[in-house]
Amino acid sequence: MSGLIELSWIMAKIVALVIPLFLAVAYMTYAERKIISAMQLRRGPNRVGWHGLLQPIADALKLLMKEVVLPQNANRFLFVLAPMLSIMPALAAWAVLPLGDGLVIADINAGLLYVLAMTSMGVYGIILAGWASNSKYALLGALRAGAQVVSYEIAMGFALVGVLMAAGSLNMGEIIRAQEGPIWNWFWLPLLPLFVVYWISGVAETNRLPFDVAEGESEIVAGFHVEYSGMAFAIFFLAEYANMILISGLAAIMFLGGWYSPFHGLPLLGPMFAWVPGIVWFVLKTCVFLFLYIWFRGTFPRYRYDQIMRLGWKVLIPVTVVWLVVVSGMILTDFGPWF
Amino acid sequence: MIEKVIFYVFAAILLLAAMLVITARNPVHSALSLVLAFFTSAALWLLAEAEFLGIALVLVYVGAVMVLFLFVVMMLDINISVIREGFARYLPLGALVGVVMVLQMLLVIGAGVGEGQVSLALADAAGESGAGGNNIRLLGSVLYTVYVYPFELAAIVLLLAIIAAIMLTHRRRADTKHQDISAQVRTRKDDRLRLVRMPSEVDDER
Repeated sequence: MSGLIELSWIMAKIVALVIPLFLAVAYMTYAERKIISAMQLRRGPNRVGWHGLLQPIADALKLLMKEVVLPQNANRFLFVLAPMLSIMPALAAWAVLPLGDGLVIADINAGLLYVLAMTSMGVYGIILAGWASNSKYALLGALRAGAQVVSYEIAMGFALVGVLMAAGSLNMGEIIRAQEGPIWNWFWLPLLPLFVVYWISGVAETNRLPFDVAEGESEIVAGFHVEYSGMAFAIFFLAEYANMILISGLAAIMFLGGWYSPFHGLPLLGPMFAWVPGIVWFVLKTCVFLFLYIWFRGTFPRYRYDQIMRLGWKVLIPVTVVWLVVVSGMILTDFGPWF
Repeated sequence: MIEKVIFYVFAAILLLAAMLVITARNPVHSALSLVLAFFTSAALWLLAEAEFLGIALVLVYVGAVMVLFLFVVMMLDINISVIREGFARYLPLGALVGVVMVLQMLLVIGAGVGEGQVSLALADAAGESGAGGNNIRLLGSVLYTVYVYPFELAAIVLLLAIIAAIMLTHRRRADTKHQDISAQVRTRKDDRLRLVRMPSEVDDER
């Protein structure tokens, strides 16, 4: 009986996390369209609801009504499975992310490792979608996206190795507690090169601009999901945005001190902001990164494919390896307020 | 009780996936069944409280090795009937190898459990670190103290394999076209762009 109660409690927590997450995904698409249109001096969606606020819901309804077309000779089972495989890891990784002090579904010791394992599974959705569609554009797009994601995973993993060295733990809560203090106590300062590398590879991992060669209207149309329509396409879309939110949340936890306020422990400002709950700071920090995603899309031109690969393998990975050595030196010498 | 049920469910999925790896007609399906097998065995390791090993299995094999495997298998145009030709002929040999492997595993597991030394040796070696229940810390301290030489040796072997693989495949043919990236990066505006001053034309038709 107690097992059942525990199980339903866990289910309740999962629902309480996933529903706001889906809402965030929906309104992320709205925010993206609004911000980009402001950058391009347009109005953006403004017909459905007040200032277009119901636009994401209208979009979702439209996609739900549409027919899911199965291409001829497509592998039926894998074609349907691929979108699920792409959204599953994006949601599963949230289980170990602490939203506030103690506000986490699974407080496990190998938290960071679990996140890395889950994000590394996301590539299966892409590859299988490309293969099962039985279309050359989809296959080429899947190969491009897959190779890019696999390459940037290495740089991203190395950057996070620096974080776990600095924190001395793989537990997400411990990593945040190791950064306790005001804004200059957080890991972004001693791990600045790793922070930059993590963020660049995070953008590349989600196949977003300026690294969005997985789709190219003039070469391979929409890339791996060119044959998908209706809800199956919408799930790929959801997975992309859920991954963006996940990468931003991870950046907030790893480098920007998670739930701590930027004035934590300061003499005058600290008590002034002490009443703000930790989750507010976490959400604000995540939103900063989400805004950066959109800002990049609005400003940067795309990379060429070989330049993307060169940046990942020949620039980002060496930088992380060098900085890992520097971090070990800083740990040995008890450098600054961080170690 | 619940743990036992979960164990048997995952064990059944694992066996089914392992069977599918060798019986599936499509090589991509075989590779995917292998992914499922890795994933379920990782879940079994989690049940045995070997969380580091379980998650590392997913990270390394599912996240990296099998992705590359799938890449290769997807690109190949494999004729399935040719592969299945020798199935009956090699069956006795395969069965023999299988039986020998099972016997070997029984010997190792039987010897280890009988004297209780497999797990105790590790726990003793890392005893001073005092990591209660945190087997990542335990594994780390054992790897870098007791087993440091075999560990470094394995690292060197892997590095050699990487270099050898790159040397074998990365031959530069003379007739291929490639871009000199550093020259591209060094380009300045003056190298490519010429500004020409022209007088504006007078529209005299009006």
